[in-house]
Amino acid sequence: MAGSAVKAVNLEKWFGEGEARTYAVRKVSLEAGFGKMLYIVGPSGSGKTTLLSMISGILRPDAGTVVVQDKEIWNLSPNDIADFRLHHIGFVFQDYHLFPRLTTAENVAIPLIIQKHDWQDAIHQAMEILDVVGLKDRAQLNPVKLSGGEQQRVAIARAIVARPDILIFDEPTASLDGITGKKIIGFVKENILNEHRCILIVTHDSRIFEYADQIIMLEDGAIVKTVEGGLLEK
Amino acid sequence: MTGILKIAFKLLVNDKAKFAALIVGITFAMFLMVQLTSIFAGILKKASANIINIGAKVWIMDPAVNNPLNSIPMPDYILDAVRSIDGVNYAVPLYSSASLVKLNNGVYQAVTVLGLDDTSLVGRPQLLEGKIEDIYGADAFIVVRDQEYAKLDNPTLGTTFELNDHRGVIVGIAQVTTSGLFGMPTLYTTYRRAIQYIPNQRFTTAYILVEPKSEQDIPTIKARVAALGYLGLTKEEFIQRISDYYKYQTGIGTNILIMTITSFLVGLSISGQTFYTFVLENLDKFGALKAIGAKNRELVYMILFQAFFTGCTGYGLGVGLSALLINIAVRKVPGYAGNITYFNLGLAFVMLLVIVFVSSYIAARKVIRVEPFEIFRG
Repeated sequence: MAGSAVKAVNLEKWFGEGEARTYAVRKVSLEAGFGKMLYIVGPSGSGKTTLLSMISGILRPDAGTVVVQDKEIWNLSPNDIADFRLHHIGFVFQDYHLFPRLTTAENVAIPLIIQKHDWQDAIHQAMEILDVVGLKDRAQLNPVKLSGGEQQRVAIARAIVARPDILIFDEPTASLDGITGKKIIGFVKENILNEHRCILIVTHDSRIFEYADQIIMLEDGAIVKTVEGGLLEK
Repeated sequence: MTGILKIAFKLLVNDKAKFAALIVGITFAMFLMVQLTSIFAGILKKASANIINIGAKVWIMDPAVNNPLNSIPMPDYILDAVRSIDGVNYAVPLYSSASLVKLNNGVYQAVTVLGLDDTSLVGRPQLLEGKIEDIYGADAFIVVRDQEYAKLDNPTLGTTFELNDHRGVIVGIAQVTTSGLFGMPTLYTTYRRAIQYIPNQRFTTAYILVEPKSEQDIPTIKARVAALGYLGLTKEEFIQRISDYYKYQTGIGTNILIMTITSFLVGLSISGQTFYTFVLENLDKFGALKAIGAKNRELVYMILFQAFFTGCTGYGLGVGLSALLINIAVRKVPGYAGNITYFNLGLAFVMLLVIVFVSSYIAARKVIRVEPFEIFRG
């Protein structure tokens, strides 16, 4: 599959009105293709997460458009956007947000279960994905019994189990040590990224920049630099 | 069970501490509600004990009678008048009064004396010991073996006592469906002996018991009795009249109602607060589900399912516990009034549904308002 996976044009988000209006994101345009890993980087408060939320159909922009796979997502109804996220977008949250009362396999199966797959079928598919991320032997444990790196891989497994086209990572290495963080992102680049998938990563961890195909740097809600490849100055 | 509800189930029951707190709260509330309303039902049943035990289809009485303790004797001609009504198969007098007996150990004990029509013995109890014809013997009385029986020093056949300076002798021991409310043992004798032994007013017939020729004759009988200035009620109507008296003309109904409402509020606050805390602690998880693609409707189903499952489990445990304790108490505690009726169970279930829906509503509002964006922000 070639071409644009995600295209955002003149995205804006502000909070407050009148003189109190504060821009979180201002006139940001970007495009990410299939088979690419796009990083959005910048200091805290630069609008990275807000931008990612608008692109992934979670936060409605105040201006601009987001086109994902030729579909302008913010023209959809709330339920349709939820459905769109469920079938096309996978999330790896910063704090993972795994369910401590469910087993690892059940955690991974959640997107399929929401898609109304049969329980056993969902668990079976989750086991296959856990095998991919090297955690099949941990399938029946609760996530709290796993290490940080393992939890991260469980979160990745959950994000990809429904075979989404777009993967969203929010600060994926924030809770990991440098070596584990690099291992995880290297693994993602080698095993998860493919020509049918686009990965967007919000991070300020310069140790993993080397894996990026494109880096967009934000400051005060606006793009200040775009770099092809992972060669952004640290 | 659909997958999303299975997730809800596992989230609920695998959080053992919260689940236990929720179950204990609901169980306690249901136990209190069923217990209190059952005690009230038991009181009402006991208050109507004589009507239930004697079992006549139609009862004739003074219109001022509203509970069995306050029977107002009617003149003898009323019995004749009732017997002459078309549709009456037979009509017999019933004597009912409280009196004091002196036991062999010198103790005085209040008793209820029921005097049955000498000819027919209509309303006689089922005998456990002795023969019914012995009631015609000298000074003969039948004692009811109920929760009050021991107050007469556990009499046996042949035991004697004094009743208003008359000798009395036990010739039969009977059982009845239910014992009375006021803690008094019951003695049966003939109508004639009752009015001989116990000091009386000018009139002696407390009630007239009527057997109609058919159910269709009852309205006519009641109308004719009303024309005489008296009141005719079916057994069910009389029980209802007694029940209404205790509900609305004494403080019992109001106080039981207040206690039941209090237990409902306790249950609502305990379970509502615990369930709300449970949902609050899982709010980020609900937000994550929303971000992944779950719709508000599905999250509300999850919450409703969790609340309903907890509620039903607590209801079952509460009713079971209540039934167990009532069962033990009825056998072990003299005078205990407890009677679980379908109405009690239905009322408790309706209150449970209110608790479930209020708790769910409060929790669901919170979940519906959570923004997945907040999950991203951490």
